[in-house]
Amino acid sequence: MRWLLLKDLQILRRSPLLVALLVLYPLVVALLVGAALSSGPSKPKVAFANLVPADEARIDLGGRQLDATSYASELFDKVDPIRVDSREEAIAKVESGEALGALVVPPDVIERLQGSLGLGGGEPPAVEVYYSAENPLKRRYVEATIDATLADANKALSDEIFKEAAGYLNLIVAGGQISLPLVGDVNILGLRRAQSIIDGALAGMPPDDPSVAALRQVSRFARLAAENLDVSKPILASIANPVRVEERALSGSDASLDVFGVEVAVVISLMFVTLLLAAGMLALEREEHAFGRLVRGLVSRTGLLAEKIGLAGLCAWALAAVMLAVLVGFLDLGWSRTPLWLLALAFAAVAFAALGVAIGGLTREVRAASLLAFMLALPIAALALIPSGAVNPTLYDAIRIVSGLFPFKPALDALDAAISGGELATPLLHLAALTLGFGAIARLALRRFA
Amino acid sequence: MAASRTDAPAALRAESLSKAYGDRRALESVSFSAAPGELVAIIGPNGAGKTTLLQILAGALAPTSGSVSLDRRDVGWVPQQPAVYSKLSVRENLRLFARLERVADVDATVERMLDQTGLTDRAGDAVGTLSGGNQQRVNVAVGLLGDPAVLLLDEPSSSLDPRQRERLWAFVSTLAREGGTTVVYSTHNVAEAERYADRLLVLADGELLFTGTPAELEQATGEHDAIDFEGAFVRFLRSRGH
Repeated sequence: MRWLLLKDLQILRRSPLLVALLVLYPLVVALLVGAALSSGPSKPKVAFANLVPADEARIDLGGRQLDATSYASELFDKVDPIRVDSREEAIAKVESGEALGALVVPPDVIERLQGSLGLGGGEPPAVEVYYSAENPLKRRYVEATIDATLADANKALSDEIFKEAAGYLNLIVAGGQISLPLVGDVNILGLRRAQSIIDGALAGMPPDDPSVAALRQVSRFARLAAENLDVSKPILASIANPVRVEERALSGSDASLDVFGVEVAVVISLMFVTLLLAAGMLALEREEHAFGRLVRGLVSRTGLLAEKIGLAGLCAWALAAVMLAVLVGFLDLGWSRTPLWLLALAFAAVAFAALGVAIGGLTREVRAASLLAFMLALPIAALALIPSGAVNPTLYDAIRIVSGLFPFKPALDALDAAISGGELATPLLHLAALTLGFGAIARLALRRFA
Repeated sequence: MAASRTDAPAALRAESLSKAYGDRRALESVSFSAAPGELVAIIGPNGAGKTTLLQILAGALAPTSGSVSLDRRDVGWVPQQPAVYSKLSVRENLRLFARLERVADVDATVERMLDQTGLTDRAGDAVGTLSGGNQQRVNVAVGLLGDPAVLLLDEPSSSLDPRQRERLWAFVSTLAREGGTTVVYSTHNVAEAERYADRLLVLADGELLFTGTPAELEQATGEHDAIDFEGAFVRFLRSRGH
């Protein structure tokens, strides 16, 4: 078998273009997929027209002046703004495709906001959003981006209102100075001080004084009101942030998006190289008419399959290990788990190689084998990356079953467990079972291979 | 000379070989034997079962029933298409198959085969760059690496020009006459069978219709003086309903 292995390595060495394509293509695909998965979407360009006159951008909140334009920064955290001066200009940016959407703040928004905050009634303030719904995916993306952006701006504003309201409550409870328009500085007594004054007056009064009972009632009211208004501050705070989120992952990996991107990139590379090599090198034996000569006693059919699995698995394993080492170095993940990820890559490489020889055995031609390998590899990877909850449960169950029949998903699980920690034995056993299964299919296919 | 070989102990004996692919019978109870140094040609129309018979004799295909007297290792097989690696050089191909054949002295055997087949000058060339004739010579050389007692050749001259054919048959005849190698070959070229074979096997639709010398086949038609050998062969097939 070693002579066959050497022969195949010689053939690969004499096919530099093939080897270069075999290495570069999956590397490029893997790096693109990894980059797409780990970087997330960039900030979308949004045309922004603020039609509020500069000298009218302040909101009066209980005598305190808030600059509404300071909240624009909240809007721009998630988008890359293209500032324009008019609604028409903003719409033109969307129509030309320069901006994903347009956000227009109409001139009366401050006036309406002031009315809402002063409980003066009237229409609540509204901003205008424009976008080109050229396809449902883009429509959903723009809506989600704008909604999230406005939610952040609304929260920033509600936080300011809460701070003001809390200040007023404090004034009513504890007393202090307040500056009112037209009136000027006013000293507020406050409930606690009022209670102290009443209690002091009560102490100097004869118990049978007819005013004592009434003053005691006022004192009790002042005490109860102060205590309850103190409690109302956390209630107000809870209204400003009614729901707090506590995240707990019940299953799956702790891997960051960057690490997951690396894992996907490496497994995709491993899959392409192994499938194409194993399928192609087996089919080549038939195309060169050497298969019949080999299996008439020189090499057993099972031995030939083992050689192809070994060759493809070894080459792809080495490539994937180097690639993973480089990427792990970039991410600074440390090397303590290196033996585990080398083991996971080895199991994955052998399982992919077994699938490859099954493809080569069934197709019997190098070109058909390569085509089928490509046609299988891409959907297998895509299916394995569909998260639960993204599709209906029945379809997801079907996807899980299909993904489980091919090595991509268990290879990804094994590598994730090896890199990020987790249960490694199950995906390794899964890969071993798939190796045996595809090996058996390949062995059957060789019965009609010559 | 042929008669004396026939009387010698058989180097190869096939007993009731049959092969079926589903309902189709590719070979139907074929029995024959070949003596050491004998040149046996298998002729017959397309689909007669010639390649199937050679594959079974070579051990590359299992018969549905019947048996072959020789072990695979005593048989050298030269399939119709050159079964060698086009990316490897002539020498690398020979070394690879010599190692797989577990030849005792690989280097010496390879050099001997290069010399015998006249390929020494092209030993370093990739097989894919050689002419069809030279590729066939490499193919034959690989078949001879194990120094087999029996050499099986499937349509060995089909891709060769007349000059290359002449050289091939001179080489094969020398192997048989001087080396004592039994050579069994299939061919569509009836004239080639008549010219080089000691004995003919005529196959049609998987049945062995005739075993004998070319002269005996001509006699079997009853009009051997009036027509050429190819005509006699066609007439013979027609007389047997093929």
